[in-house]
Parts: sequence; C-alpha cells; structure tokens
Amino acid sequence: MAAVTPDQLHGHHGPTGLMRWLTTTNHKDIGTMYMIFSFIMFLSGGVLALTIRAELFQPGLQVVQPEFFNQLTTMHGLIMVFGAIMPAFVGFANWMIPLMIGASDMAFARMNNWSFWLLPPAAILLIGSFFVPGGATAAGWTLYAPLSVQMGMGMDLAIFAIHIMGISSIMGAINIVVTVLNMRAPGMTLMKMPLFCWTWLITAYLLIAVMPVLAGAVTMILTDRHFGTSFFNAAGGGDPVMYQHIFWFFGHPEVYIMILPAFGIVSQIIPTFARKPLFGYASMVYATASIAILSFAVWAHHMFATGMPAAGQLFFMYATMLIAVPTGVKVFNWVATMWRGSLTFETPMLWATGFIFVFTMGGFTGLICAIAPIDIQVQDTYYVVAHFHYVLVAGSLFALFAGAYYWLPKWTGHMPNESLGKLHFWCSMVFFNITFFPMHFLGLAGMPRRIPDYALQFADFNALASVGAFGFGLSQLIFIVVVVKCIRGGERAAARSWESAEGLEWTVPSPAPHHTFEEAPVVR
Amino acid sequence: MSHATATHSADHYFVPEPSKYPIFGSIALLLFGSGAALWLNKVPAGKWMFFLGVAILVYMLFGWFGQVVRESEGGKYGHRVDKSFRWSMGWFIFSEVMFFAAFFGALFYARVLSVPWLSSGDNATLLWQGFTGAWPTAGPYAADPFTPMGAWGIPAINTLILLTSGATLTWAHYGLLKGNRGQLKLGLFVTVLLGAIFLSLQVYEYMHAYADLNLRLDSGIYGSTFFLLTGFHGMHVTVGAIMLTVMLFRASAGHFRPDSHFGFEAAAWYWHFVDVVWLMLFVVVYWL
Repeated sequence: MAAVTPDQLHGHHGPTGLMRWLTTTNHKDIGTMYMIFSFIMFLSGGVLALTIRAELFQPGLQVVQPEFFNQLTTMHGLIMVFGAIMPAFVGFANWMIPLMIGASDMAFARMNNWSFWLLPPAAILLIGSFFVPGGATAAGWTLYAPLSVQMGMGMDLAIFAIHIMGISSIMGAINIVVTVLNMRAPGMTLMKMPLFCWTWLITAYLLIAVMPVLAGAVTMILTDRHFGTSFFNAAGGGDPVMYQHIFWFFGHPEVYIMILPAFGIVSQIIPTFARKPLFGYASMVYATASIAILSFAVWAHHMFATGMPAAGQLFFMYATMLIAVPTGVKVFNWVATMWRGSLTFETPMLWATGFIFVFTMGGFTGLICAIAPIDIQVQDTYYVVAHFHYVLVAGSLFALFAGAYYWLPKWTGHMPNESLGKLHFWCSMVFFNITFFPMHFLGLAGMPRRIPDYALQFADFNALASVGAFGFGLSQLIFIVVVVKCIRGGERAAARSWESAEGLEWTVPSPAPHHTFEEAPVVR
Repeated sequence: MSHATATHSADHYFVPEPSKYPIFGSIALLLFGSGAALWLNKVPAGKWMFFLGVAILVYMLFGWFGQVVRESEGGKYGHRVDKSFRWSMGWFIFSEVMFFAAFFGALFYARVLSVPWLSSGDNATLLWQGFTGAWPTAGPYAADPFTPMGAWGIPAINTLILLTSGATLTWAHYGLLKGNRGQLKLGLFVTVLLGAIFLSLQVYEYMHAYADLNLRLDSGIYGSTFFLLTGFHGMHVTVGAIMLTVMLFRASAGHFRPDSHFGFEAAAWYWHFVDVVWLMLFVVVYWL
C-alpha cells in the first residue's frame, strides 16, 4: 500500500476533470464534496444571519423590510440545518468511517454519489426561492401551519427542496448503517469501533426513522395548499397544532442528528490529546443510544405554550429532563478522560475542550427551557435563540471545526497552521459568546424572536450581539486561509499525524491514498 | 476497476466504477421539483419541466437498475454485497413505514384528539351551530354532506385480493427455490394480475366516491386522511407491481438461481409491506 503514491492511484481509471466529481464512486471524493458544499452553505446562511444582525443593530427598520426579515430568519435556519450542519457531518462520515473500520469504501458507492449530488439541486430550489414572486418562505424554519399554508411559490420550492434533501439523507443514512454493520474489518467488533462510528450508526437510525415523517408533514402542507385537504385547517376538522406535533416528532430527533456525530468527533479527539484511552467507552455507547431512544418521547416540549393537557406537559417535561442523565454521562466521561492526562492543547483539542465548555452551557439552558412553567415565559424569546445557538454553533459547529483540524493532515497530507488555527479558535470563542450570551438577558427581559424591530430597552445588548456576530462571521475567513494553506503545503504530516492518535485511519499514509483497505486489515 | 478483480479474494467487496446515472437522477429531480412548484402556481413551463424530469428519471432508473442486474448476473456480487442489499432493503422499508406513520398519526390525532376537542365544552356552540364532532366528519364547516366509504364492499374484496396475492407470491418463491421455473413465472404473473385488479378496483372506488358519495379530497379531515392514506398506498402498490413485473421479465430471461435471487426477494418484501399497510388501512380507515 505505502509503495503506491496517491498520484498513481488518482485517475488511473475513470473520468477526469469535472466528470470525475460528477461520476465518482470514491468515498473520499464524495466526502470532500460534502464538506465543500456544506461550507459554502455555511457561508450563505451566515450572510443571512449577518443581515439579520445588521437590521437588529438598532431599534427601528434600517436595512430590510419586515417581510424580507422573516424570509431571512426562515432561510437562515433551513440553510444552516439542512445545508450546512447535516451535510458536513455526512462528509465526515464518508471520509472517516471506511478508514476507521477498515473498509474499502462505503457499502453502496454509486448511491453515495447520488446522496451528495441531490444536495445541489435542493440548494438551488431553496435559494432560488428568494427570486420568485412573493420571495422565499417566511414561515420560520419549522414551517408552521397556517403560515406555511398561506405563503407563495417560495413555500412550494422549499417543500420540494426538503423532499429532495430527505431522499438524500435517507439514502446516506442507509449507506452508513450498512457500511458499519457489514463492512468492518475482521476483528473490528462493534464494541471496538471508534466512537465516531457508533454515534453515526445511531444517528443514521434516527435519520431513517424521522426524515420520512418530515416528508409526510410537508406533503400534508402541500396538499392543504393546492389540493383542498384540511389537515391543518380547523374549519375542515383539522388542527394547525397537529402540524407542530408531526413536525417536532421529526424535529427533536433532528437536533440529536445534528449533535450525536459531534459527540463522536469530540470523543476521538480528547483521548488523543489527553494521551489516555477514552474513559467509559461502553457507557458512552449506551448513553448515545439512550439519548437517541429518548429523543422520540420529548417532542412536545417545543409546544408547551400551545395549551396541552397538564398530564402531557408533565410527561414531556420529565422525559426531557431525563435526557440530561446520558448527556451528563458523556460530559463527565470527557472530563474524566482529561483527568490526570498528559494534556496538550493543539488546535483540535482547543476546539474540543471549548466545545465541552460552551455546549454544556447550552445543555443547561436546555434544561431550563424544559421546565414547563419557565418555558411558557421564555417560549419564542431570545432565550431560546441563545439556547439553541449554544448547542448548534458552540456544539455542532465547534465539533466540526475540531474534527476538521484533527483530520486535515489525513485529508491533505499537511499539518494545519497552528497559529492561525488557534487564532481562529479564540476569535470564534470570544465573538460567539459576545453574540449569543447577551441573548439570554434579552430573552429573559421578554424580547421576542423573529421580529425586525424591538423596544428601546433592548438596544444595548442587541448592538453588542451584532458586533459579536460580525466578528464571528469574519473569524470564519481565517478557516478558509488555514485550509487553503494546508492543501497547498506546510509541514508534511506523518501517517500518525498526532503523537498518540489511535485508530486504523492513522495506519494509512497521509494524505490517505485514493483507495485504502482494498485488502481488509486484521484488528486484534 | 481492473486492479480490483485482480486482487479478488474471499473478503473482496465489489465497488462499482464511476457512474453517470446519479447525476441524471439529480437533474431529473431538480426539473421534477422546480417544475412541480411552477406548475402548481400556474406557470405554463412548469408542466413541461415536470414531465421532462419524470422522463429523465425513468431513463435513469432503467439504466441504473439495468446495470445492477447485469452486474448481479455477471457474478460480481459476492456474499457480502448480498448481505448489504438485505440490510438496506430492510431499512428502506422501515423508512417507508415511518412515512405512512405520519399519515396514520394524523388520522389518529384528528379522530381521537382534535375533533373531540373541537366539539367539547363551549366550543360546540361557539364554533359552529350543530357541530357534534362525531367521526367521520368534514369538520365544523360541513356545508356539503358526504357518505363515508363502507368497509364491506370493494375494500373487503380488495383485502382478499391482496392477501391472495401474498400467497401466490410465496408460491412463486417456492417454485424458484425448488428450481421449478414454470411455477415461478406463473406465480409472479398471477400476483401482478391480482395487483392490477386491486388497483382497478381502487380507481373504481375513487370514481364511486366522487360521483355517488360526494366524498372528495376537500371533504374536510375525513376526505383528507382517506384519500392521502389510500392514495399513497395505491402508489406503493403500483411501484410494487412494477417491481414484480420486472421480476417476471427477469425470470423469463432466465435470471435468478435457487441460492441467489435477492432482487426477487426484495420485490417480495416490498409487496408484503404494502400488504400489511393495506390491512392497517382496512381496519382504521374503512372499518372502525
């Protein structure tokens, strides 16, 4: 294997140029495309976020009109969830799972290509909807009825975009399940598997279970809009709250779909830089599975303010608080892994420890939101916005950056620039907190979300948050510089790029050759 | 992938070479989605984009599945690829189950929770005069009365037809296992025929609903759940019947061996799945 250079393996069969990328069946090519696509979507969603923050810099209307503001918040959410975070994790899965379990490729290499290439059409439909009469959908990323039943053509485009992204996700998830269950190298038992593969296996099950439910929900919206059905129309015996139930039956597992692979990435990085095996491996696996199972029984905590019976409120409140137990197991295991380790703080470790710190804060505000009487106060305020950005930006996104810095040597063959990486981390960490920490206060003081204008009393914290947001946005440009420099050159990476990194991915050369593990390694 | 065949070994896993079909599928769904959105909003070009998308999708499915069949008959898939297909078909069917679960869930929520709530307490008088909230309902605003679809006419016959088709399919499978090709082909043919009769009766039932019962897609929540549940089921029966027809053609072309015929089994699994969905439909949509 080591005698064959990557150049010999690249393109010695199959098309070259653009056609290589359109037709590829190689998991590394496809993983790379997923990551580039998701970063482009991340920047697009970021531009929308910065436009929102520009409008909210001062009270009153300065930059955009209210109806366009609603489109911005809606599309920011949809693009970040379905365009940036989810595809980025699938990209990691594509690149790393075959390398980690000693497989020659994903189980269904052609379908893998289609899973990726469905995303650009979906993005075209979604972003193109800004330019149709009436503009993009403005119903919020949750697409609640009756708003979503009343919108213009942009809503239909969003529905079809969601259908296409759903097909992509289901195919991708089935591919990952089959790859993990059927492609492991001899001796790689399930309980020897790196935790990233475990978290993705469980995430893939969540995707297979809930993406079809979202497809059903938006299909009902489509038929309510155009074919006269009354699913969400009370005049016909339907109920708009029913949409919320169906949506959040998808939506709550969905938030774990966006965080479980992040847990997996962090669980790979902490042991490497603590130079100790992961503390409580088995309990990590069970905790991940527990979180996934519980996620199907908590959806109505998003709906406490809709007037459900007290028994329902209590059930969903306690079920939600129960999730803190397995999540706490994870946080304590990460801390215990670091305890008395020989810690060093290279860029990936900085992001991973930063993740633990800031994600846990988001977890705590989640617990607060779970308490039904408190939730009724903070529902639809900036407190909720602060909460889910702490778990989605400081959680999922920080873990993605941690993973990117950790595996860039394996992808490019060069070590990422440490100084720039650390600068990227500290800028992101500081500006993230400047942006989102004040939102807790704004929310508790009663500032509603998804509103382009606000009372004067909220002005100072909003100005601060806007400054932080622009700082955070600009900090991400550092990452582009790091990645471009890393691809072009820099310190050569060894096969085992980090001193005490464990796992099969570090046994192949850096950069990983086009084809790896065509003869399965034996794991003892 | 020439070097891959050179290193053929017991644990070798077939990885296909680069393929043009996925990108055709993506272009097809882009045209399909944007065309449908435009068509629904009365833009004339939308219709043609939609049909062009469908045409490209059909081309892609023919080409892709054709290639899979050729690879399968060419002996490229070993034991492990076969296992992958089994896992994936199982989880694909599970995702379909969850799709139907959304609509069954909507029916449950409407019947058990929201319609009774709409008519409970003061709502009944405040909302609409004379609204009782009994099922079936077209909702409080029931200007246009309809007759619900009874269970013991066509639906009961259709239940019998689908159950019989499951049995004939299993009979065909036994024929394949025993190497009795005649039994395989006859069993498949009868199954497809029963599927076609089922679909014809469904079409007749819809015409009857619109013409005689005034039961329509816009007949409130009853019409919505009735037509979407039975309609999506009918679409799945159509897909299943197409799959079985392909299997019939493949059987006639001499494909499948007693020890290796997952294509047939996948279609059979799918057929049994639509069968089970129908039983659920018969009980909760038509009967109870």
